Amino acid sequence: MVVVSKAIIRLADVSFSYEGAEERALQGVSFTVEKGEFLSIIGHNGSGKSTLAKLLNGLLLPSEGKIEVNGIPTADDAHIWEVRKVVGMVFQNPDNQFVAPTVEDDIAFGMENIGVPPVDMEARIQDALEQVNMTGFRTAEPNRLSGGQKQRVAIAGALAIQPAVLVLDEATAMLDPRGRKEVLEVVQRMNREAGMTVIQITHYLEETLDSDRIIVMDGGRLVGEGTPESVYQQVDWLRRLGLDVPFACDLQYRLQQKGFRFSTLKMTGEGVLDSLWTSD
Amino acid sequence: MSFLNSIPIGQYVPRNSFLHQCDPRSKLLFVFFFIIFIFLANSLYAFLFVAAVSVIGIVMSRIPVIYILRGLKPALWIILLTVVLQIFTNKEGELLFSWRFIEIHEKGLVNAGFVSARIILLMMSASLLTLTTSPIQLTDGLESLFSPLRRFKFPAHELALMMSISLRFIPTLLEETDKIAKAQMSRGASFSSGSIVKRINGIIPLIVPLFVQSFRRAEELAFAMEARGYRGGEGRTKYRQLRYGGRDAMLLIVMIVIAVIVLLLRA
Repeated sequence: MVVVSKAIIRLADVSFSYEGAEERALQGVSFTVEKGEFLSIIGHNGSGKSTLAKLLNGLLLPSEGKIEVNGIPTADDAHIWEVRKVVGMVFQNPDNQFVAPTVEDDIAFGMENIGVPPVDMEARIQDALEQVNMTGFRTAEPNRLSGGQKQRVAIAGALAIQPAVLVLDEATAMLDPRGRKEVLEVVQRMNREAGMTVIQITHYLEETLDSDRIIVMDGGRLVGEGTPESVYQQVDWLRRLGLDVPFACDLQYRLQQKGFRFSTLKMTGEGVLDSLWTSD
Repeated sequence: MSFLNSIPIGQYVPRNSFLHQCDPRSKLLFVFFFIIFIFLANSLYAFLFVAAVSVIGIVMSRIPVIYILRGLKPALWIILLTVVLQIFTNKEGELLFSWRFIEIHEKGLVNAGFVSARIILLMMSASLLTLTTSPIQLTDGLESLFSPLRRFKFPAHELALMMSISLRFIPTLLEETDKIAKAQMSRGASFSSGSIVKRINGIIPLIVPLFVQSFRRAEELAFAMEARGYRGGEGRTKYRQLRYGGRDAMLLIVMIVIAVIVLLLRA
């Protein structure tokens, strides 16, 4: 686990309702995100997790409560652009976040917005492309790229702004398994090697197994929080929330019901195998 | 991808020619003034001269002639219409042919030739511009040319951005149209048979989902742009810097020479 130093995002009793909607999309959510952490937020459709994502960089403002990024409230109109420099974001649909007609121009778009001097852009584009393994696609047009490649370009676009936090709002939901893997690998490497804080919002629980911490959302409320080991212990509860339990956890759960004992919950199939043939 | 193959006229063709390497602003200005010269050329010699200049431009661009000809296709109907109108309505000059109420006069024929040649030259020079200039250069050039007007609240940056986003989304929307068309065809819709009325009606189930999807896309794109710190043209820098060079000076000189020659050859 990454050494925890300092909170970078702080949510205090945050509620949110969309205009005209009776029900609240979020209700009394409080948590902090530590610098360098890999945090996964899970929940089924309509649990409020995507709304939560849009609140993290002030795209939506809380109806009640307060969100602070690096100590700056997102409701502070004068400093909202500082917040968006700190929190980079990648959305679900790869096509609908590609602004410019080529990869390099798209990566430049964010930098142009925050006023990066043109002489610095060249190096930062190259750098961002290297981090997502897309250097060969610099002048490519978006319609020539696969979904996974487009999402990696979107990540590169966010990285070029040099944010401290990267929020992935179901960024892998529209990708095929290979694209999902590509994106996840890039993000995990960013977290490990560059110390980037990553907040991943997803309903693919398999993608959360390497997280430092998992937050479970249901009906706009934060209903659970903990390490993957502790969250995935509660198989029955997760099922009731409409979530698919990862394969390895499900396997151990079923074996436990047959009388097997596991000292710790393993997150991979190999891990389960190991504890099976080493147990007595 | 049947819709992708029928991609519009005048799409950028990358080459390494003199014209490709000129600054987009000088090309825009050149074409703008050249079109004025086309209209100023009212004598046969002046006209032959501007036509020659266009041909030289096409040769210099190293773009296959077929691309240029394809660019003329949408103008075909306009040309045909003006030719017909000129021939049958112009009653000036010597009477060349008459049959019942149809009369063809000399002036009508001459004008028909001039007008259609003019439209052809106009289309040729315009498509030569878009064939040698990438969309992003084109929008950057337009933004830069119009930016002095910002003082009078002219939204130069916004228009350029809108243009570049529309161009960026053309292939995406074509792909989507194709998908919707196939989805409707699998439900029994037919786009290529039946009467004209039937076919036009058939387009509705194609257009409506396309619009709905486009609005959704626009909303998501707006979110994504805002998340990336977009807040209008104020305080924005540009990745692509436009610079005038020696080529642009040459283009300017050529333009002045053309202007002088056209004015001398005018009737």
